[in-house]
Amino acid sequence: MTSQLPMMETGRFRSEPPVGSQRPEVRPRGQGAVLVTGACGRLGKHLVRVLHRERSVVGVDRRPFPDKPKDVRHEQVDIRRKKLKDIFRSEPIEAVVHLGIMHDPRASQAEHHSWNVAGFQKLLEYVAQFDVPKLVVLSSANVYGPQPDNAQFLTEDAPLLGGARFGDIRDLIEVDMLAQGFFWKHPGTETVILRPVHILGSVHNAASNFLRLPTIPTLMGFDPMVQVVNEADVVRALGCALAPSKRGIYNIGGPEPLPLSRAIKILERPSLPVPYSLGKAVLKRLWSFRLTTFPAPELDHIRYVCMVDDSRARNELGYRSEVPIEETLRSVDIPA
Amino acid sequence: MTETSRSLARIGGRLRFTAPFARRLLDTASTSVDEWLTTKLGEEFSARLSRVPLNLTKTGVDPFGMDPQWAKYALASIAFLHRHYFRTEVSGTENIPAGRVLLIANHSGQIPIDGALIGASLFMDVEPPRIMRAMVEKWTQTLPFVSLFFSRVGQVVGVPENAKHLLMNEEALLVFPEGVRGISKPFSKRYQLADFGLGFMRLAIETGTPIVPIAVIGGEEQYISVGNFDALAKLLHAPVVPILPQLLLPFGALPLPTRYRIAFGEPMRFGGDPDDDDAIIEEKVFLVRATVQSMLNRGLKTRKSIFF
Repeated sequence: MTSQLPMMETGRFRSEPPVGSQRPEVRPRGQGAVLVTGACGRLGKHLVRVLHRERSVVGVDRRPFPDKPKDVRHEQVDIRRKKLKDIFRSEPIEAVVHLGIMHDPRASQAEHHSWNVAGFQKLLEYVAQFDVPKLVVLSSANVYGPQPDNAQFLTEDAPLLGGARFGDIRDLIEVDMLAQGFFWKHPGTETVILRPVHILGSVHNAASNFLRLPTIPTLMGFDPMVQVVNEADVVRALGCALAPSKRGIYNIGGPEPLPLSRAIKILERPSLPVPYSLGKAVLKRLWSFRLTTFPAPELDHIRYVCMVDDSRARNELGYRSEVPIEETLRSVDIPA
Repeated sequence: MTETSRSLARIGGRLRFTAPFARRLLDTASTSVDEWLTTKLGEEFSARLSRVPLNLTKTGVDPFGMDPQWAKYALASIAFLHRHYFRTEVSGTENIPAGRVLLIANHSGQIPIDGALIGASLFMDVEPPRIMRAMVEKWTQTLPFVSLFFSRVGQVVGVPENAKHLLMNEEALLVFPEGVRGISKPFSKRYQLADFGLGFMRLAIETGTPIVPIAVIGGEEQYISVGNFDALAKLLHAPVVPILPQLLLPFGALPLPTRYRIAFGEPMRFGGDPDDDDAIIEEKVFLVRATVQSMLNRGLKTRKSIFF
């Protein structure tokens, strides 16, 4: 009798969410594969290399994955294309980890939107259609945005105001919101949204690139407290999120917070304090001449506090950051 | 990109050349300041500093960005004012409980010297010494140096989440429920409490924090305000612009050296639902307000002189 139930429930585009405990196991756990989007990014590669030891992994990225582990299946697919559906069809997918978010400040807004939002919508559609039991989305603590009136430690309920001063990250907020909507609409899928603080390591994001500068510019008279997390810790958090019965939104913090100046001191780099108005004007000019990869509104990150309270991740996910602060900071200099 | 970073590196290199000299200068300066501190405030000052319960992380600051090295100098300068300029008389220090506490005081004096002096007495006169936390206006965070200074000496942005977080960490938090209405009182309204906000009471009930009422006497006479310049305040987007005739005198910008008297009352504890109606919360707030007012009246009655 119970074996009949699943068949009835697995309709395409289930609009009615199944009642909590009645939700059938679509397939026994531990048999399907984990699909990782953006598998060829630095973080994606790192995750795939850790994950493939325990589970079968399907990497999806439009870039090639030349040095992939042998047992990993890699599909060189643009997630906006129909071909993505074939992957879901060909192999039982037990979990989807969405890392494939584009944040290239030079790419156009339209490209960002089509890749980040439209592509993610496609992915969500297939997750719902194929009843994938787990979805993990890597958002970012940047969605809260650095604001002068931020609480020192933002909880997961804080409004996502990151786009207020910096329009270019609105699509990242939209991705977070889409995932939240999906969380409520499809209770059958355990949706986990992770919002890590600035990720440092071999990754090429604004925070790591900033700390890689030979002389680090700072804003005169501003020295906000910052939180950073090593990519290895983020991979660990993703692993925690993949555990069964975990769902919800979690801030991911790193080791203890510290003032920006102290972080620069640990890196033993010279810093150059610049008045805010001058720094902003110069950065705008450099940006328009394509001499820098930092858009001027990102200066707010070295001006105001944007820190998170990660106690929920510690208590519910069992996540602990293990890389100490010095090592986390110095990891930006280690070539991948 | 590489172009800019190279030129930045060049500037950085030049800075590095002058850095050792500047550092030696700074070191000499800080040692002589340290010596001066010991002579003025006694050996006790550094001893007290080492006894303050702090919640530091491995990077040497607390999670709110307070750095004991900075706090030391800020405290020292305030302690100097406390002992030698305002010659504060402190009473009732035994009323400060050990753990979390909400300090509720009357606000006066046009600039918040009263807050600084309560902080100084909590450090200099209370056993064990405490570092008081207070909340600052949100817009101060947009000001260079000011935001940095506030954060390093332990002042946090005035949002309810921060207040709750601090009390949960067993800190001593100062709140002036009168707000701007209190600090900008004209001289004719001195020592008459303005309306209290209700937020502090909800916070105290929610976190189970005892409230210590504080009466500060002496602040109202430091700047004699004859009224507020409302039109100008509106124009400058400032909360108030007081009219202070004494600013016309030489050294008039300095507050008058009145003698401050700070009295800590017995801790008050409140129970109930933090989300009760305003009317119910208001009754409890009235109790605190009445306590502070009667402490003020009693203090004023026994005061012989404003300056001594």
